[in-house]
Amino acid sequence: MQDHPSALAILDLAVAHLRDNVLPTLDTRAKFEMRVTLGALALVRRTMELTPQSDAAEQVRLETLLGEVGELEALNKLLCERIRDGAADLTTPGLAEHLHATALEKLAVDQPSYAAYRRALEQ
Amino acid sequence: MSAAPPDPEALKRLAPKLAPGGGDILDVRPLSGGASQDLWLIEFTHGERAVLRRAPEGGAGRSDLAIPIELEAALIKAAGESGVPSPRVLHVLEPADGLGAGFFMQHVTGEALGQRIVKDDAFAAVRPRLARQCGEIIARIHALAPPPGLPVKDARVTLDALERQYRIENWPRPVFELAFRWLRAHAPPLSQPTVIHGDFRNGNLLIGENGVRAVLDWELAHAGDPMEDLGWICVNSWRFGVPDKPVGGFGEREELYAGYEAISGKPVDRARARYWEVLGTLRWGVICTLSAVALREGLVSGIERAMIARRASETELDLINLLRDA
Repeated sequence: MQDHPSALAILDLAVAHLRDNVLPTLDTRAKFEMRVTLGALALVRRTMELTPQSDAAEQVRLETLLGEVGELEALNKLLCERIRDGAADLTTPGLAEHLHATALEKLAVDQPSYAAYRRALEQ
Repeated sequence: MSAAPPDPEALKRLAPKLAPGGGDILDVRPLSGGASQDLWLIEFTHGERAVLRRAPEGGAGRSDLAIPIELEAALIKAAGESGVPSPRVLHVLEPADGLGAGFFMQHVTGEALGQRIVKDDAFAAVRPRLARQCGEIIARIHALAPPPGLPVKDARVTLDALERQYRIENWPRPVFELAFRWLRAHAPPLSQPTVIHGDFRNGNLLIGENGVRAVLDWELAHAGDPMEDLGWICVNSWRFGVPDKPVGGFGEREELYAGYEAISGKPVDRARARYWEVLGTLRWGVICTLSAVALREGLVSGIERAMIARRASETELDLINLLRDA
């Protein structure tokens, strides 16, 4: 078991330092790159926070959909094969809902500001 | 990553062609919309300005699908002569110039950043006119005679190329698989190969207070289905957070189509334009995955590339929405 502060808490302190103390001292180009970097660190934070739960949910959905058990990557590969072979398509019960939910779970980490994502959450 | 600056001595030798008004080179600085491009602004003491656009050495960073840069220059020139807002091409580089491959063009001022174009007050007055203007401009591009050497690409050729690139990632994307299947099943035949800009979208247009001042980035031009350009500009990723304005985040599809029909005299095949919007969404998604592959292979580095790679998921949501409605 690792000690405190937690990785998330340390990440937050590092981000706060970069944002509050480093960013204001940078020139235009470096400022742009630091903003991108801060965005990347926020993505890492969301990954740590959200994916244990969303990966587990995705796995359950895939196992139900495919009637197989396995690792997430293997299940996704199997689903790809079935779609490629024509064995699964949007008329397959639950497939469209699963893919929509998975896309939302990915965007929750990658880009929660994406307009189509925000709209989907409102619905 | 930025490209090496052009050799100052070689630039000096070309100065009379670039700034007929005379004067010495005052400043050379990179000009970039964010991505790593070999693009330079050259300022002369008498106030004239030229832009140098070069093909990256060894082809790194230039798409496999890109046309030779000399052909790009020829198209910009032809487009300018046919009423497409374009920078004047000042000089196409030759080996003896000692600056690599590329061309010089006149510097055109304007805003290219999509975010600002869809949101800044400065463009509030012009925004309602842009979609129709884009339709008119695309129609003028489509009226150009295809220059020799312009590759012909229909939906199938484009899908084959995209699928090869997608397979390289070797990462399961069920939504992309569905999209490939749907797009192959509905691929339209190519009746009359037309000059297609290939990357006509918000972000590649220089906008001023009266509208489009220049159409940029012709490297993906090809001969293909005219509806391709009308679909690509509507891809959600180019709406910059304004999803209810399907044309570039600034206008309506019917405005775009009306502009196109007025200039071309030909009806827009709306279903086919929507087909190309689906294909375009997949295309942007695959382009995002290329960044992930390039990082994995150590061909590029940089946090910006990583963040582009992580934009593939936006196209997965858009594709599933589009395919459910199709």
